[in-house]
Amino acid sequence: METLKLQPEQSRQHKAVSTTLPPGTILQGRYQIIKVIGLGGMGAVYQVRDKHFQAAQRLCALKEMIVNTSDPSKRRLAAQIFEREANILATLSHPSIPKIHDYFTYEGRHYLVLEFVEGLDLEAVLRVIRTPLPAERVVDWAIQICDVLSYLHDHDPPIVFRDLKPSNIMVRPSNRIVLIDFGIARTINVGDKGTMIGTEGYSPPEQYRGIASPQGDIYALGATMHHLLTRRDPRLHPPFSFAEELPSRVNPSVSKELEAIVMKALEYDPTARYSTAEEMKTALLRCCAPSEASAVTLASLQAPASVENCSGVTTSSAESQAGQGVAAVASESIVPIWRFRCEDEVRSSPVVADGTLYVGCYDNNLYALNARTGEFIWKYATEGGIAATPCIWKDRVLFGSEDRFFYAVSIRSGRILWTCPTEGRIRSSARVELEHAFFGSDDRRLYAVNAHNGQVVWRFEALEAVRSSPAVGDEMVYVGSDDYHLYAIDLQTGRQRWKFRTNRNVISSPILHGGLVVFGSMDWNVYALDERSGWAVWRFRTNHAVVGSPRIMDEVVYIGSADGYLYALELGNGRLVWKFNTGGQVVSTPAVTDKSVYISTLGGDIISINRKTGKEQWRFRTGGPVPSSPCVYEETVYVGSNDHNVYALPA
Amino acid sequence: MCQSQGKELLDNDKMSPSSPDAITPHGEYGTIPIRRRTPEGGSSRLKPALVRTAPRGLTIVRDSHVGRVRQHNEDAWLTLDLSYQENDGQTMIALLILADGMGGHADGDLASTLAVRTAAACVMQDAILPYLSPEVVGAQRYSLHETLVRAVQVANEAVYRSLPDAGTTLTMALVLKQKAYLAHVGDSRAYLLENGNLRRITRDHSLAARLVETGQTTPEEMLGHRNILYRAVGHSSTIEVDTHTESFVDGSCLLLCSDGLWAKMSDSEIAKVLMSESDAQSAVGKLITVANERGGEDNITLILAVCNEG
Repeated sequence: METLKLQPEQSRQHKAVSTTLPPGTILQGRYQIIKVIGLGGMGAVYQVRDKHFQAAQRLCALKEMIVNTSDPSKRRLAAQIFEREANILATLSHPSIPKIHDYFTYEGRHYLVLEFVEGLDLEAVLRVIRTPLPAERVVDWAIQICDVLSYLHDHDPPIVFRDLKPSNIMVRPSNRIVLIDFGIARTINVGDKGTMIGTEGYSPPEQYRGIASPQGDIYALGATMHHLLTRRDPRLHPPFSFAEELPSRVNPSVSKELEAIVMKALEYDPTARYSTAEEMKTALLRCCAPSEASAVTLASLQAPASVENCSGVTTSSAESQAGQGVAAVASESIVPIWRFRCEDEVRSSPVVADGTLYVGCYDNNLYALNARTGEFIWKYATEGGIAATPCIWKDRVLFGSEDRFFYAVSIRSGRILWTCPTEGRIRSSARVELEHAFFGSDDRRLYAVNAHNGQVVWRFEALEAVRSSPAVGDEMVYVGSDDYHLYAIDLQTGRQRWKFRTNRNVISSPILHGGLVVFGSMDWNVYALDERSGWAVWRFRTNHAVVGSPRIMDEVVYIGSADGYLYALELGNGRLVWKFNTGGQVVSTPAVTDKSVYISTLGGDIISINRKTGKEQWRFRTGGPVPSSPCVYEETVYVGSNDHNVYALPA
Repeated sequence: MCQSQGKELLDNDKMSPSSPDAITPHGEYGTIPIRRRTPEGGSSRLKPALVRTAPRGLTIVRDSHVGRVRQHNEDAWLTLDLSYQENDGQTMIALLILADGMGGHADGDLASTLAVRTAAACVMQDAILPYLSPEVVGAQRYSLHETLVRAVQVANEAVYRSLPDAGTTLTMALVLKQKAYLAHVGDSRAYLLENGNLRRITRDHSLAARLVETGQTTPEEMLGHRNILYRAVGHSSTIEVDTHTESFVDGSCLLLCSDGLWAKMSDSEIAKVLMSESDAQSAVGKLITVANERGGEDNITLILAVCNEG
């Protein structure tokens, strides 16, 4: 009753607020209704024939305004505003403004007789053309709109259109723009109570505080251009959120210059927008003139598809959100602090403790290096490659080898303390909690071993290899298996509490945070389960296997996928915060600091990404794929590569 | 097979090979002693009276009032408590749904009721019934958030199709064990009271809230302006749904309310009532009374869920 609902125009046909006049009705003995051509909150718009011109088929638009109030003072006010605006319209003369022929009142309804404009409004254009509109076309219209806005704003007193939006802009077959609906209705319904659904979408923020200025029309023009260029309907999104969808990202015909003009028009602060429509028109003309500048724009548009990690790229492509495989900072500019060459691939991920770096290598050795200088301290030789990440606990390094043994060696000397044999290769990395080490083996088991002496306390048997590294909670240990499950195992006894089935191998290592278990599966999903019940709270689908493990900071999950993206997801609901295209497959785990996320790729790169914005900060290319995960310690990023080196890079 | 050592052990004092003697009967070879976390002393101190007086387990109190101005109540609520006793204690399962309808003629109340019922049916089918059946977890078709989002989407389709002039807010919480999963559209709100702090979980999908979020106005400046929602159930054929995961543990209260309450009381005033009233029923009554005393221009609906594990 006191509420009404605005319609997104592409939705269903709406019941008229009141009954419309049937075709054939003749008003003022002159205007014969042909059909209804539009319905608004205040009444209908009809196509009528002017019968005064018997010999000619003279068509007009008849706009109806119904005042739905019984309050006599409000009705009087409505009539006054109607008359005043009809009179203003009568004084205007511009090719983009329809001519007014007459106005009258009939049975309590007010009517305007206007020039009939043939063509489609831009709302209809958006409905008909399903692809993003070419920038050139939109700019042509925008320039014409700037012209008519300048005309209105320069009027004495200035006229603010106040309701510029695609449905109020007609395009004639000649491509000439005409503004329709001069807001006679909208000044009337002030002081409405109750909740209304649907925002106007195109109106500037200050309009909601009752401020109507020429800068408001400029904002609405920016909003209209944004909608035309992106097809993103602002009425269906949070108000003033245009920056969340930049036109150039979805419409390849939009140059950075044009985008900058649109976004300037959409500034929250009216004084930060163009001060006049004329100024905006000048900017549009400059950006779209067929000059050298636009040729450069075209070239840069085509560049990202073919360029792979080129150096010295232009700023415009460096700004492109998803990296596009283009380095913002050429790899030459990142110089390793040191590199240490091993005798085989370094797939293990380094860890650093007390200034010493520990890393396993496929040359069968576990290395201890000086983290600052990269100097060799000691190595311990096993009889198989070491894929797992070493685990530091007290005075010892714990790690498994593909020779099927799990080792504890002294942190200082590399001397062996104890071993624990398993029946399969060990690729899982150990976690130590409550004085016990937990690790998986290709023999399908998860082991719980006394970290002091290597004594097995319990073993949990899965159906396939356990390559995932466990997460240890208050009561349960969580680990994935190649049998597609994530298991929750009683910490005390090693018995299964629950299991969760995915559709592929779970190699990713779970992380516990806020009562959730977060991990990836080779079924392409990232999952968050309730740690107690094992119920899926959310999942996020990537476009390839998720082998790497998540990292969590500030309630955001960072995880890579073999689809080449690093994803930042909200922990509470799995919603995408940002994603970054690394340009190579990601099977490793990111390292997260307050400011940055570091990720390695099978393309051979180590990439530094701004944690908040998801934008690339630098990238360094090694000589081989990098399945090893980076680790950050005292402003230095450490990572192994299949080019046999361990690198220390400035963070 | 793990008892044999495959490597020569060099560091004698650390060496202690696994041997059959070490096997204890608890786990395969033994058990790992764990420290059970004891409830922190602080949390019981901050347990509000309305929690202490509630029966053990989950208590749900709800009420709706037409207010002092309107003729009709366009708000709707639905609650379901399927908590059960198992060996260790109670397992909480509950569904709380609140909707504030709006639209021409009598469609507002139809919209809120339709949305609440449709959403509840979906959640029961896709989450609650599977949860109760003793199947292996992981057999569920959808994650809990997917289920909640789908439920709101199905409700949206129902309202959009059958009540073209109406729309509704929808705020829903599914309580499962020690967590609450929420789905939300519109400007009804969900709050969590924990350790004496009242925190708003949901975000209003209103123009006013957007102006405040983007730093262009203050909440005070927007008071008295017409409330415009940019997202509501039944507004368009598709709908974006916010979801949240919250822990819901001993001493916590979850409050769902329509704008008839929060437009009349600040968050801190609501918190004060929740912290001072002696039981859940009187807290809900008090909140409705205050909203009415301050005008009661709108319908006032509340659902209060209290978790007391003794």
